[in-house]
Amino acid sequence: MLAKRIIPCLDVRDGQVVKGVQFRNHELIGDILPLAKRYAEIGADELVFYDITASSDGRTVDKSWVERVAREIDIPFTVAGGIRTLAHGRELLSMGADKLSINSPALMNPELINEMVDEFGQQCVVIGIDSYFNADSGEYEVHQFTGDESKSRRSQWQTKDWVNEVIARGAGEIVLNCMNQDGVRKGYDVEQLASIRRHCSVPLIASGGAGAINHFTNVFKQADVDGALAASVFHKNIIAMAELKQQLIDEGIAIRPIEQGVL
Amino acid sequence: MKIVIVDTECANLTSVKFAIERLGYQPVITDDEAIIGAADRVILPGVGTAAAAMRNLHRKQLIEPIKALTQPTLGICLGMQLMTAHSEEGDVECLGLIPAQTKRMQVGDRPLPHMGWNNVRATNANPLLDNDTDPYCYFVHSYAVAKDDYTIATCDYGDTFAAMIRKDNFIGAQFHPERSGAVGRAMLKRFLENAL
Repeated sequence: MLAKRIIPCLDVRDGQVVKGVQFRNHELIGDILPLAKRYAEIGADELVFYDITASSDGRTVDKSWVERVAREIDIPFTVAGGIRTLAHGRELLSMGADKLSINSPALMNPELINEMVDEFGQQCVVIGIDSYFNADSGEYEVHQFTGDESKSRRSQWQTKDWVNEVIARGAGEIVLNCMNQDGVRKGYDVEQLASIRRHCSVPLIASGGAGAINHFTNVFKQADVDGALAASVFHKNIIAMAELKQQLIDEGIAIRPIEQGVL
Repeated sequence: MKIVIVDTECANLTSVKFAIERLGYQPVITDDEAIIGAADRVILPGVGTAAAAMRNLHRKQLIEPIKALTQPTLGICLGMQLMTAHSEEGDVECLGLIPAQTKRMQVGDRPLPHMGWNNVRATNANPLLDNDTDPYCYFVHSYAVAKDDYTIATCDYGDTFAAMIRKDNFIGAQFHPERSGAVGRAMLKRFLENAL
C-alpha cells in the first residue's frame, strides 16, 4: 500500500538550516549535510530544502550543497527557492535533486509551470503554495515572497483557484503551507487541507503547524493528504521519528517502517 | 568491474551515479557505443517522457547497440518502460527488449502521479529482491507496465502493475532503487555483484 510520507523540511539561508516562527525571526539550526544525513538515517521518507531567502532577494539558491546532499543520501529530495528558469531547474536536477518546488515565480509567471513540466516531466514539478486565512474576508489567500517579511504580500489568487490552475498546467504535486499555522505547532489546518484534497487530483502535502504526534494522525485521517511536512518538531527533537512512525502504524495508517539495516 | 550508465540526457543520471559510487564503484556516464558494449553492467536510467527519451536514443544512434547488449542491463523507471515494445506516453515505439506495453495507470480517484513509497512483492524468480519481505520502494510515475509473464515483482496502486520485469539479461524496475534507502542499496549491490 502506498505509504503516507513524513517529510522533514530544512529551511536554508546562506548555506545553513534555519527556522522561523510564522516566517519570521529565523534562528540557526545547523549545517545542511549532517542534518540531511541524519534524517535519511532515522527514517524520513523524503526531504525538502527551501532556500527561503532566494525568491525575495532576487537571488537563486546557492547550489553547491545540492550535489553534496545527492552524494550522501538515498531518499528523494526536493529543492525549492527562486527557481525561475528552465536552465536553473535543469542545473539543480543534474546535480541530483529529484524534484523542483516552485512558489513565487509560478505566481509571477504561471507559464513557467507548463515549461517545466514539458521539459522535465510532471513528476519533477512541485508547486508550493503559501495560503493565508484572512479572518476579515473569510477567504484563503495565496501569498508570495513570504521568505522576507518586508516583501511578503498577497497575490491575486484565492487558494482553491490557484490549486486548480497549477494542476491544469501539469503540476505533479502540491505542498500547501498554511501560513496561520506555520511554526506555532498547534496542528495542521485540517479543515482547509480536507477541502483542497477533494478537488486535488495530484499528491497533496500538508505543511505548517505540526507540534505533536496526534497532529500527523489527524491530518492523515481527516484530510487524507499524501504526506506531512514539518520542521521544528524534528529539528528540536520534540518528536522522535521512530516514535511518530510507530504510533501512526498503530493507528492503522500506511507508513514505511524504519529500516533495520538491510545490508 | 566496468559499469556504464547510458547517457539518456534524463534528469536522474546523477543520483544513479552517486548510488553506485556509494557502493564503492566508479560508474561511467556515456553515450559511446563502444564503451557501453564493453561494460560488465549497463544501467539505463530515465526520468521524463518516453517520447523524449526515445528521440535522444535515436539521435545518439543507440537503439541497435542497446538491443545487442548481452550483459546484465538494468532499466530504471522510464528506463524500464523504454525496454517494453510500446509506450502510450506519446504513442512511441520503444526498444522492444521485453514484449510488454507501457500504459497510463488506471487508479480510480487516487492521486496521480503514483508518488512515494509502496510495497513491492517479488516473485520467486526475482534475482535482486527478497520475496518474503514486501519492502517499501520509492515510486514516481503515471505510466506502468501491466503484470504478465515477464513480471518479477508487482505493486498495487488502484490496479496491480509490474514493479519489475525481466527477459534474459534485461531487467527493469519501475521504482527508483537509487532513492529507495537500504532496500535499493541492497538491490543495486546484487545487480552489480551477483551472476545474473
